[in-house]
Amino acid sequence: MNTPMKRRIPGVLALLTCAVLLASGPCVYATDAASTTVVIDNFAFNPPKLSIKAGTTVRWENHDDMPHLVISDKTPREFASKPLDSGDSFSQTFTKPGTYSYFCSMHPRMTGVVIVK
Amino acid sequence: MSDLKATPDSPDSLGTHGARRRTALSCMAWAGAGVLWTLSGGVPGSTLLGAAQAAQTDSRAFSFVQISDSHIGFSKDPNLDPASTLQEAIGKIQTMPARPAFMIHTGDISHLSKPGEFDTATQIIGTAGLDVHYVPGEHDVLVDNGGSYFERFAKPRDTKWYSFDQGGVHFIGLVNVIDLHGGGLGFLGDEQLAWLQQDLKSRSSSTPIVVFAHIPLWSLYPAWGWATDDSSRALALMKRFGSVTVLNGHVHQVAQKVEGEISFYTALSTAFPQPAPGTAAGPGPMKVPADTLRTLLGVRAVNYVPGNSELALLDTRLAV
Repeated sequence: MNTPMKRRIPGVLALLTCAVLLASGPCVYATDAASTTVVIDNFAFNPPKLSIKAGTTVRWENHDDMPHLVISDKTPREFASKPLDSGDSFSQTFTKPGTYSYFCSMHPRMTGVVIVK
Repeated sequence: MSDLKATPDSPDSLGTHGARRRTALSCMAWAGAGVLWTLSGGVPGSTLLGAAQAAQTDSRAFSFVQISDSHIGFSKDPNLDPASTLQEAIGKIQTMPARPAFMIHTGDISHLSKPGEFDTATQIIGTAGLDVHYVPGEHDVLVDNGGSYFERFAKPRDTKWYSFDQGGVHFIGLVNVIDLHGGGLGFLGDEQLAWLQQDLKSRSSSTPIVVFAHIPLWSLYPAWGWATDDSSRALALMKRFGSVTVLNGHVHQVAQKVEGEISFYTALSTAFPQPAPGTAAGPGPMKVPADTLRTLLGVRAVNYVPGNSELALLDTRLAV
């Protein structure tokens, strides 16, 4: 789920990568689900608050020149990215309604929330 | 010290002293020397450091060096090769007039906790030929909750945090970059604080204490994460001591504060500078011109002379 991918990979390529990844784990790039992007820049998530429909894939893209992470607040973690260097991204599909708070475990002042309806 | 967190410093409260210091540093940069900081009665003052003064040491005196934020693996504006600037920093240490007793590294050794980054850093740092005491920065504990860092850098007898004694001074290395909480700051945690209490219990109040950790143990600029959530609990345990020096990294610039008998200092990076608190949109690397970079990087020597109850800090830049 947390395969870092370079920015601006065309959707077709992403799907191809996805197909390759199917062998090792579940695929997040569902073709019938909407997707939306949260940009990480300047030590902040933008938008910090996101409302989506269940089934939507959220993709975090690190545009900053420092690494960041996307880590769910809950224990155990509901989702957690690997360290995202500049240009890396992380995607997560939210299937269940609820409020999902997250933060960057390197810079914990960076927080965000995904509200799934 | 409990009021320390309640009254966080604004950038302005770095204050006139800091401004004078910056002025002094820039003058000294021009003169090609350094500034010697002395701590006496909790009030720091500065004098010029000349060769004669550097050589004027008590035979029981010793010095140690602090390096910080080497960020091996970073490769962007303003520094495509932090390995070379780290090597230059070690070069400065090798040419110090008095050989330091040891080195401390106050974290962010690596940029992404990669084995190759740690390898490069330790290989370069090793050329100083000094015993090195490390504490991790948040960039060093990205894998396995810091497990790979501690496997490599923790000494056999030490836990994650540790203390040691040298020449009558008690040194304490703390970890405040693990288990950080959403919305929070640096974090020490109950287990470490209980250890600290035990560690300090048997020390006489006249023992000089030097504490080092990555993220500032004072509220330097919480809006940028430049503070530690539970540092006031640690500082309360040190309040009875007559001389406490706190050395931090993380902010890639020299900042300081004196609070009672406790003096706080942050260090220069060997990789890239960061902006002064609140002077930029965020705390990321300052994109300075190539010919300026090395004037904003450096190493620190700390000198201790028994009986003086004074610690003297000397920051040396890679270029003037």
